[in-house]
Amino acid sequence: MCGIAGIIYRNGTHEIGRDMTRMLQSMKHRGPDSTGYALYGPHQHHQIVMRYTLADSTTPRDFDFDERLARNQQRVVQRMKAAGAEILEHEQETEYAHRLNLRYEGDLKDLTDRIEDIRDAEVLSLGHSLEIVKDLGDADSVAAQYDLNGFAGTHAIGHVRMATESDVDISGAHPYWAYPFNDVAVVHNGQLTNYFQWKRRLERNGHRFQSECDSEIIAVYLAEKMHEGASLSDAMHDSLEELDGVFTYIAVTDDALGVAKDEMAAKPLVLYESDDVVALASEEIAIRAVLDREIDTHDPYEGEVMVWQR
Amino acid sequence: MAIVGEQRITYDARGLAEPQAEAPRTAKIEDGKATFDAHDLSTRQINLELRRLLYEEGIMDVTVQNPGAKHSLGVGILTRCKITFDGSLGYFGCGLIDGPEVQINGRVGWSACENMMSGVVVVEGNAGSLTGAALRGGDLVVKGQVGARTGIDQKGGTIVVMGDAGSMTGFMMQRGRQILCGDVGPGLGDSMYDGTIYVAGKVKSLGIDCVPGEWTDADTELVNRKFEIYGLGSPPEFQKFVCGKVLYNYDNLEPSERKLVL
Repeated sequence: MCGIAGIIYRNGTHEIGRDMTRMLQSMKHRGPDSTGYALYGPHQHHQIVMRYTLADSTTPRDFDFDERLARNQQRVVQRMKAAGAEILEHEQETEYAHRLNLRYEGDLKDLTDRIEDIRDAEVLSLGHSLEIVKDLGDADSVAAQYDLNGFAGTHAIGHVRMATESDVDISGAHPYWAYPFNDVAVVHNGQLTNYFQWKRRLERNGHRFQSECDSEIIAVYLAEKMHEGASLSDAMHDSLEELDGVFTYIAVTDDALGVAKDEMAAKPLVLYESDDVVALASEEIAIRAVLDREIDTHDPYEGEVMVWQR
Repeated sequence: MAIVGEQRITYDARGLAEPQAEAPRTAKIEDGKATFDAHDLSTRQINLELRRLLYEEGIMDVTVQNPGAKHSLGVGILTRCKITFDGSLGYFGCGLIDGPEVQINGRVGWSACENMMSGVVVVEGNAGSLTGAALRGGDLVVKGQVGARTGIDQKGGTIVVMGDAGSMTGFMMQRGRQILCGDVGPGLGDSMYDGTIYVAGKVKSLGIDCVPGEWTDADTELVNRKFEIYGLGSPPEFQKFVCGKVLYNYDNLEPSERKLVL
């Protein structure tokens, strides 16, 4: 089933971490397997935020596990230095999840590839303002683990997952970062039926996929289109024709948030729009968890694409 | 704060929500009318309070304040009564009802009034998809727009929509009527068996085996009557759509059956 949510403020910075937790927790019944956030904090022009994990929930917890984690973290630091990245700040969120603040001018793909070459390491997000956090459990437990309720920013998307296509693990959880393009993320509710065709096509163009989950291609698909010069809106319009299956997805960049619904309108979405804020979710109850008053909402129709700027 | 998520909700071994829940008995009763605030109540508590008032106290007029878009409110009410929701409902609102007259001063989510047997539901705002799914009787009036697949598998009753409707409206409809005043999405009346759909706006495309029908005086009478009952003003001009019946193959036997008969 899965539940998706998005919120974008047009009047500056708000506590989007807390908002997203409330929205996702109210939709826990749509997906109890895992919860994920893509949060956009203040844009840092000369700095990059990288979030990565050094183990997944399915990684065997053998005798060497702790030792391996420490060793791999050392390797990350070494490889960062070798790539010419200066680590300004390092936070360890859980035993396997880390956040780095970097000064780095080089190629992002190169940096990501160096990190992901380390066994079990996975870069969740990379960008000037994007931070992706995902883990097993409901929104309250993930937010507490990663201390997200104080996170301030302009826009965010989130996802509660009921796994249908692939394993219950962190790499199968949404949102997906569009490797190797910075600050693009996607959450998706539905199934894509031409997933393998697109995966092969995009892999031939040099992209790699971190999961077996069909939703990941949407992020890379959109980012590639935008890299070629298309706007977010144009790329999303193309996706209605080129991606097959049932979907409602929310895509975000560092300054915009867009939503697209397939031609069958098979997956739900409720939309609330005002001058200050746009909130959207699979169920109105999620929007009401943030805006606790009577509001005027509607369901977008089939084949609709809408994009808002922050 | 509304109840967020399922923090306060417990389940028994079978997955039944809040097995220990009891009606909160917070309603104020005056002149045979009851009102209660649902803001801090769970779905089950709201429904239990509603049932207590209708069935135990015998009150015929209940107002629920701040329903907060919670799911499955006002379901399975099988008595004649008047229920007013001062706010929006979530999914499955007023499903499986038989008899009530419901006024919703807000919006409804997906599958509102599914399988309604009789009664009246008036929604002041918009409605989600699958509105009036498998409706069997009664009137459902939506003053805003509706999502996709309105009246899917409709088996009776009347659905009136003042705004636009989405794709596959009247999909597999079997009986009953839909009066749609706005524009309609693609696949109108796809695979319908019977019933009538009236559309005042533009139809993006007709579904399989849905064809324009011949307008009769009975159609005029029906539309005028429904508009008058619900105070919807003067009706616009409608086109009528019915089943073309080219997919009817009821008299044709399957090859194996034909062998048996011969």
